[in-house]
Amino acid sequence: MTTKPEMTAAEIARAVASRKMSALDATEAALARIEQHDGILNSFTDVTADRARAKARAVDADIAAGKDVGSLAGVPFAVKNLFDVAALPTRAGSKINRDRAPASRDATLIERMEAAGAVLVGALNMGEYAYDFTGENVHDGPSRNPHDTTRMTGGSSGGSGSAVGGALVPIALGSDTNGSIRVPSSFCGIFGLKPTYGRLSRARSFPFVASLDHLGPFARSVADLALAYDVMQGEDADDSACTTRGLEPTLPLIANPVSDLRIAIAGGYFQKNVFPEAVEAVGRVAKALGATKVVDIPEAARARAAAYVISTTEGASLHLDRLRQRANDFDPAVRDRLIAGAMVPAALVDRAQKFRRWYRAQLAEIFKSVDVLLAPATPCTAPKLGQVNFNLDGVELPVRANIGIHTQPISFIGLPVVAVPVPLEPLPIGVQIIAAPWREDIALRVAYALEKMGVAAAPAPRGL
Amino acid sequence: MAEPLDDYIDALSKALALPVEEAWRPAVRANLEVSLRLARLVDEFALPDETEPAPIFTA
Repeated sequence: MTTKPEMTAAEIARAVASRKMSALDATEAALARIEQHDGILNSFTDVTADRARAKARAVDADIAAGKDVGSLAGVPFAVKNLFDVAALPTRAGSKINRDRAPASRDATLIERMEAAGAVLVGALNMGEYAYDFTGENVHDGPSRNPHDTTRMTGGSSGGSGSAVGGALVPIALGSDTNGSIRVPSSFCGIFGLKPTYGRLSRARSFPFVASLDHLGPFARSVADLALAYDVMQGEDADDSACTTRGLEPTLPLIANPVSDLRIAIAGGYFQKNVFPEAVEAVGRVAKALGATKVVDIPEAARARAAAYVISTTEGASLHLDRLRQRANDFDPAVRDRLIAGAMVPAALVDRAQKFRRWYRAQLAEIFKSVDVLLAPATPCTAPKLGQVNFNLDGVELPVRANIGIHTQPISFIGLPVVAVPVPLEPLPIGVQIIAAPWREDIALRVAYALEKMGVAAAPAPRGL
Repeated sequence: MAEPLDDYIDALSKALALPVEEAWRPAVRANLEVSLRLARLVDEFALPDETEPAPIFTA
């Protein structure tokens, strides 16, 4: 059996487990595709070919010996380079971190993916220290959009979006503090899951904003997203925020009907500052699901502002010593934001944290009468690389500051979201399927229904 | 001409032992203006005295 780039992780795992394809063949196919296309996409910063081949051979040996190899047998995957990968310094998109000692152990989520038989093939480009929505990196160059390589991937998990959108690997892992999984999913036309805050362990990943950081998977199908998410669940003493809830597998639930779900469209703030393509995408999704009710999320603009304040100040605290000692080694745009963050009065930060408690209560009330909220993932399709402003209704707005305006008020209180790609022409765009805390199963179920209806789909890369 | 936030930036730079080179000052100032504008937006929202902060979100 030959490999095809559009094979899903589930198809690869089935083929490997049934010995129609070897894990080594699946791995070699991914490495060849990376070799062929990553010169353009610039999604990988490290390709761990030797490690990947050794792991693939071990999976094949286990299969030959009749051992259980897990649900991701032979599936190639890659991780944003803020995940610890044993023997690599965890650069987190920076120049400074390249001086760190190589990691002695993989991040927990890599260990769990590999325990299920997956094969790590490399580490992925990202915006410096994850403080980015563009996917542009001054040290490593920009990751490029697989549908139009003159355009942004979105960030900060830009390499993750590019590698999965370009079908170099079926699954990638990334992080999302204010939108860094959902934004690249939208621009690169793939599925992304930002789970509930605390659901997946962040152990041995480089932080940004401790109270907002989440890790999660990207994939080209909803089943693959659920497959990866399920094997990564579980408590972890190495991440103090990680939940002690038991495992709640989602894959067996995604095909359940959605007709009993109460689905509403997020109104007000989420219908402002959007380009026609974002309106079209939310409209298609809502129509397919029969959703007509519009729910206003109160004070979403203030929630976005509070998330911004908490991010810039916690980020400044994290990097304070590096700002003192190695300021010239930062991306200047990141450095100047962080220095400003260090100068925000503490009383205003505390106000933002108190507002967060109030806002969380408002959403908890909404989720008593609604199961799912629909909102744009980004206000527009992928802008051009280097683009500074866009024009919306005659008003010039800065691109960087506005890409994440619809994702920030959601991650601010840790809600689970699946970003689903709507394959518009000429470029795809994402819609957020937002559920109540710990109900990833509902968000995935709705995403799966949209995929089955053909409303959501990861388009084949058109820029390669 | 000195901008209104320059004295504040100079004072905080000293207090935090955080150097701000002259070439960076306009961008630091512009970012600080945005951060303070957004912080004020939150600040304007009246909350009961008893409101607890939520530094670590618990669902």
